[in-house]
Amino acid sequence: MDWELFRSSFWPLLRGGLTGTIPLTLVSFVVGLTLALVLALMRISGKRLLSGIARVYISLVRGTPLLVQLFVVFYGLPSIGVVIPPWPSAVIAFSLNVAGYAAEILRAAILSVPKGQWEAGHTIGMSHRRTLRRIILPQAARVSVPPLSNTFISLVKDTSLASLILVTELFREAEQIAAFSQEFMLLYLEAALIYWVFCFVLAAGQGAIEKRLDRYVIH
Amino acid sequence: MSSTDPAPARTQTPGEVLLSATGLQKSFGANTVLRSIDLTVCRGEVVALVGPSGSGKTTVLRSLNGLEVPDGGTVAFAGGPSVNFGGAVSGRELSALRDHSAMVFQQYNLFPHRTVLENVIEGPVQVQKRRRAEAVQDAEKLLDRVGLLAKKDQYPFELSGGQQQRVGIVRALALRPDLLLFDEPTSALDPELVGEVLKVIKDLAEEDWTMVIVTHELAFAREVADEVVFMDGGVVVERGHPEQVLRNPEHERTRRFVQRLLHPF
Repeated sequence: MDWELFRSSFWPLLRGGLTGTIPLTLVSFVVGLTLALVLALMRISGKRLLSGIARVYISLVRGTPLLVQLFVVFYGLPSIGVVIPPWPSAVIAFSLNVAGYAAEILRAAILSVPKGQWEAGHTIGMSHRRTLRRIILPQAARVSVPPLSNTFISLVKDTSLASLILVTELFREAEQIAAFSQEFMLLYLEAALIYWVFCFVLAAGQGAIEKRLDRYVIH
Repeated sequence: MSSTDPAPARTQTPGEVLLSATGLQKSFGANTVLRSIDLTVCRGEVVALVGPSGSGKTTVLRSLNGLEVPDGGTVAFAGGPSVNFGGAVSGRELSALRDHSAMVFQQYNLFPHRTVLENVIEGPVQVQKRRRAEAVQDAEKLLDRVGLLAKKDQYPFELSGGQQQRVGIVRALALRPDLLLFDEPTSALDPELVGEVLKVIKDLAEEDWTMVIVTHELAFAREVADEVVFMDGGVVVERGHPEQVLRNPEHERTRRFVQRLLHPF
């Protein structure tokens, strides 16, 4: 083990994680989740056209590889005249991808809230929309945290694919140093270690959120 | 009651017709649950809807609150909304009905993610746009009345069924509706908790709240109701004074139903 290289490469890798991986994950997740909520509401709207569109979208996203989606956005679109820089390309591809998966999670979570909660909202005079926002979604949130955390943690690791479209992030830093030093094993393991630490922290965060949302249910 | 208490909003003298439902019909597929039901409720009156399960009584009650949309018929509040279910019914029309009535559910349906107090003020603050401080004051007064003021900051899961249902009643009262609707309010309760809930409803009856109650508690109906409506198979079989309907029913079906409840085995 070349400890000197490990030490000297640690900060570049970590910096790649803090300035590339983490912002890319956060932005893509927030955008993706917003889109997912729209898709989930379209799916349960009872309107044939809306739910059909959402269904086709979700099927396409889940039925094609993320790497292919990423390449279509970055390398494919320029051939029809749409050129998007690496970082926005990555955000677009990851957001659209997350939306497809999270939409099904949110749909299931919304449907898991008992019908009586809708009725209670309605009987105190709330509109459909207000009932959704104040009564249904807070309860659906609790149910959806564990599966959404899965999606989130997958996304952290999937952002390493962005290195293939030239986004400067953790794994691209590792690759560059590895190519230069020829110490592939060391650099890849070091990258893996940092990804693992990130995910470890996130899993702890998930626990904290679940605990907070669980305060109103029987333990 | 002092004048600051949330009392039933009464703009007309007691005894006048408050609600009239006419010709309510409803089918679920091939299954007809309501065949032209008429129901009139006067101000200050307590109407008990009784009948075997599947008789349509809960569907009638839910129709009054727009939670069920009948296929035909009208529901009209005196001086208020009149909704004709024959055509397309808008969400606005349904919410107009809900401005005048509030439902107490068999399964309580409290909001589990809100404290007792938050459950009660949700409607007044969010929907009726009343000042929060005023809504809280009202809510605390009402909770105190049903003996649950000490529980105001607890979550529903921390309460017994009877306590939850009393909160459910307070949540409905806090809206100051013209009409209170009860859908088998004690059917989900352990037997020893039924009394505390019936006691609250009885007090409300004595304060001249207008109520429609779907119930299997015949003794309670006899004591509290001004009129008993017996339904079976989607029709009103018999209606009248509780003593008459429940003690000396005219119809064989009513007689059998009462007997079955009095002597279950």
